[in-house]
Amino acid sequence: MDLHLDAITLVYPDGDSTLTAVEDLDLTVPSGTTTALLGPSGSGKSSLLAVAAGLTRPTAGTVRIGEDVAFHPGTTVAAATRTRLDRIGIVFQSPQLLGSLTALEQLELHAHLRGDRPASLRTRALDLLAQVGMSDHAHKRPAQLSGGQRQRVAIARALIGAPQVLLVDEPTSALDHARGTQVIDLITRLARELDAATLVVSHDASTLDSVDRTVRMLDGRLEEGLRSAVGT
Amino acid sequence: MFVALRDLRHARGRFALMLVVITLITFLVAFLSSLTAGLARESTSAVTDLPVGHLAFAMPEPGDSPDFTASTVTSAQRDAWSAATGVEDAELLGVATARAQSAATTAAVTAFGVEPASSLLPADAPAPAGGTVTVSRGAADGLSIATGDTLSLGGHDLRVGAVLDVDASYAHTPVVWVALADWQTIGGRAPAPDEGDVATVVAVTGDVQDDTVRRTDAAAGTATLGVGESRAAISSFSSENGSLLTMQAFLVAISALVVGAFFTVWTISRFGDIAVLKALGASTRYLLRDAIGQALLVLVIGVSLGTGVAAVGATLLADVVPVVVTTTTTLLPAAALVALGLVGAVLAIARITTIDPHVALAAR
Repeated sequence: MDLHLDAITLVYPDGDSTLTAVEDLDLTVPSGTTTALLGPSGSGKSSLLAVAAGLTRPTAGTVRIGEDVAFHPGTTVAAATRTRLDRIGIVFQSPQLLGSLTALEQLELHAHLRGDRPASLRTRALDLLAQVGMSDHAHKRPAQLSGGQRQRVAIARALIGAPQVLLVDEPTSALDHARGTQVIDLITRLARELDAATLVVSHDASTLDSVDRTVRMLDGRLEEGLRSAVGT
Repeated sequence: MFVALRDLRHARGRFALMLVVITLITFLVAFLSSLTAGLARESTSAVTDLPVGHLAFAMPEPGDSPDFTASTVTSAQRDAWSAATGVEDAELLGVATARAQSAATTAAVTAFGVEPASSLLPADAPAPAGGTVTVSRGAADGLSIATGDTLSLGGHDLRVGAVLDVDASYAHTPVVWVALADWQTIGGRAPAPDEGDVATVVAVTGDVQDDTVRRTDAAAGTATLGVGESRAAISSFSSENGSLLTMQAFLVAISALVVGAFFTVWTISRFGDIAVLKALGASTRYLLRDAIGQALLVLVIGVSLGTGVAAVGATLLADVVPVVVTTTTTLLPAAALVALGLVGAVLAIARITTIDPHVALAAR
């Protein structure tokens, strides 16, 4: 299903006045494709990602997944949480793995959050870990993994629930160019294989060769396309 | 408890430290509870084990709280109680602590003065005849006396008529039983010429209703308590027991504070993880259940260990320390510690509800 950001506006209180982080922005990410969102610090790209993830309610506009309205200004915290669990995968800027869980358990946690037995996802979790090249590290905790390995586990964790939307926030910020490119390539490939609409926020255009489309944000608005591989 | 159990395993050093603290506090509370019960028994068992329902006191000033030391009742008051509705028997009972001297040693004992044919002695023992004394096992051992020996009680020589193999104590002194006339001599409570007999209380047996107690007290000038309530009339018991119970209450409160403080620090240290879990789709209810389950597990293990160590320790020390190990002295404080500890933990954990999942987007 496609991800639609329709007329999104996000205004933060800023002392006695307000700050417009995102202004009347429209963006569609087709399913199975990866769109990279570039922009300087303060351009509003992370705020837009937070709105797309339901972590922040938009001041105006709606986030749709397919035809379903996922988030709008009146969405409750509980409803947003449930939508994230069921339909959205998130890869954070730093891997944000839980220190007490092994790589395999980071993925099995998804089943527990849904009220299922963690072991019910074991086969899929092991398969995903294999796809991100972490089969040999399934039983290691984050402290036993390198930064790149942790990011790979985080990508697998985001995909364990077969999300319709994958949101990725600055996944290469702590990696060198070669590893950053590998991570973006991996995300793009998996998004295509799993038919997820993927939005990647990044500050580094040099790692984005494999993405389908790149858009740029400035001052809360969108500047369309450095490249449009899928023709949308 | 998917995350909670793994956190316990992963941060085993921190949780082990917390377990030790909870175990130690529980040990203190449970052992103190056993000691409180033991001291209470040593202070009151001769009164609470009396085979009667009520004790009627007569205080010098109407309205004064009943007190064994100050109370003096007369034959007339006993007769008033004997005639009351539902009363099967009413007997005079004298209570006085005295210096006892045997051939071997000297010790303080409490002399219970009883009427002829009294039924107030334990184990259905007969009332002592004039000039004789019946002693409890504690008094016999403490004074190294046996049946047939002579015991000087308050300067009054008596022959030991029997040794009862019972534990009977009053205000931490072993109890001996003497005839009421001997007790009046020993206690310096000789009645006035027109007063009949005098003693400390009237011991009342029978199915006596509250209405009857009020009416008879008003008519006879007595103040009557149930036999269990009469512990409060032993002045040393009230202050001692109050102090020990206050210490227990403070320890339980401290335990709740310690548990609350630990889980406050623990929850704050997990803010990042909790934000990530919320961002991944964990509901607040799931997170609260997970964290409270973790706190409950730590509390139950720590309290169980502490209670077990205290129960075993108290049982082993029962010969040298006045302790009583019952469900009241073990399970009750354990339940209080778990309940109040959980309150402390819940107050600390409740801040989970305020954590913003947006925090997960920030780099760590």
